[in-house]
Amino acid sequence: MTAPMTISLTDAKVVRRGKTILDVGAFTLDGAGLSIVLGPNGSGKTTLLKVLHGVARLSEGTLDWSVPEDAARRAQAYVFQSPVMLRRNVRQNLAYPLQLLKRPKAEVAVKVADWAARIGLADALDRPAPRLSGGEKQKLALGRALIRQPQVLFLDEPCANLDGRSTREIEALLREAHASGTRIIMSTHDLGQARRLATDVLFLLNGRIHEHGAAKEIFAAPKHAETRAFFQGDIVE
Amino acid sequence: MNDIWTGLTSAFWLIVTADADLIEIALRSLQVSVSALLIAACVALPFGTWLAVRRFRFRRATIATMNALMGLPPVVVGLIVYMLLSRSGPFGVFGLLFTPTAMIIAQVIIITPLIASITHQAMRELWAEYHDLLISLNTSRSQRIRTLLWDGRRALLTATLAGFGRAIGEVGAIMIVGGNIDHATRVLTTAIALETGKGDFALALGLGFVLIALALLVNYLTHVLSRTEREGRW
Repeated sequence: MTAPMTISLTDAKVVRRGKTILDVGAFTLDGAGLSIVLGPNGSGKTTLLKVLHGVARLSEGTLDWSVPEDAARRAQAYVFQSPVMLRRNVRQNLAYPLQLLKRPKAEVAVKVADWAARIGLADALDRPAPRLSGGEKQKLALGRALIRQPQVLFLDEPCANLDGRSTREIEALLREAHASGTRIIMSTHDLGQARRLATDVLFLLNGRIHEHGAAKEIFAAPKHAETRAFFQGDIVE
Repeated sequence: MNDIWTGLTSAFWLIVTADADLIEIALRSLQVSVSALLIAACVALPFGTWLAVRRFRFRRATIATMNALMGLPPVVVGLIVYMLLSRSGPFGVFGLLFTPTAMIIAQVIIITPLIASITHQAMRELWAEYHDLLISLNTSRSQRIRTLLWDGRRALLTATLAGFGRAIGEVGAIMIVGGNIDHATRVLTTAIALETGKGDFALALGLGFVLIALALLVNYLTHVLSRTEREGRW
């Protein structure tokens, strides 16, 4: 894998219908960590991920990648909170990102078989993806994102509404991807999951990065009262 | 009631005896309608899908116009095509008036907006579902359109069959540009109009039943061949 890609935001602001949704000033995503974005509903978590991924437009400021735009876009993947399933079977869903890259059929077949096994859907390759269970859909979405071996992976609450077993399986896949060098940034409402996975934490409040730091430090001694309150389960607005 | 029964009997005997005129007319109906359908589908399916994924200045006006064109009066289309293809018209030099080609042209004009509009509706819903994923995967516009066309093929089949239904049952325009010439441009619908005019209701009804059977058969065969109702499909 080449040098890790850096994504930088400068004076970034997102305004929709006159309301500021995101105002993060300057922020750089680099290194090889697993960042967890925390914050109450409406704090701008999804918008931040989409802006960094380049699929949501900035109202002000700039988004810069350390590599040319086309390469940057190919080097990223995004897993949505509600997994989007192509109206195809599991095999075709997994193959789709590789087909877009015009990879040889033999390579596609090998990778699809490998990833189907990794996500536990080897026996479901011919099943229609939209008919999978919620946990299976999310695993398929994750496998489809990882099959291209992205340098940066964005996940928007990938375990929302999933049971403990599915959550554990997805976390195992994320750890594996992180260990193999994928930079991960994901939002979650699950503080336990954040503690289990995070190398660093961003706490968002009212569209601003309220606190950002190493996971151990921020969980042990949050600097701000709002962050502390959020970690204690209080309602923060 | 007596006429309906006589019509059914006529239709039965026309089919059982493989009446040469009936077969010729039915085959010409199919030839004209299927040709028009293929041409219209080649234009309307990509155009309807393109409209679903592309944002441009006059998009709303384009969609509104397309939807309005679904209700194009066939007689007016026939009249316009007649004027364009007549000897004194701009395309008169090609000598297409009163030929099956003229009938195909008229039918293409009538069914293209219908297929494009139904396609657009279906693809708009699919695009809303796929939008984030396809944008995230950095797909090109042509890749998006191809993905939507493939994954929405069942809905597109419906759009195409709706176009076929309109084409095979059309009479006003093709009567004007085809002329209902025996052994040349006579099709089932124009033959029905002729027989009704002559007062031969039994034969007209017989032809009508054949027309309905033909439309049902094509729809049924299309569904069977594309296996729309197969378990595990969408």
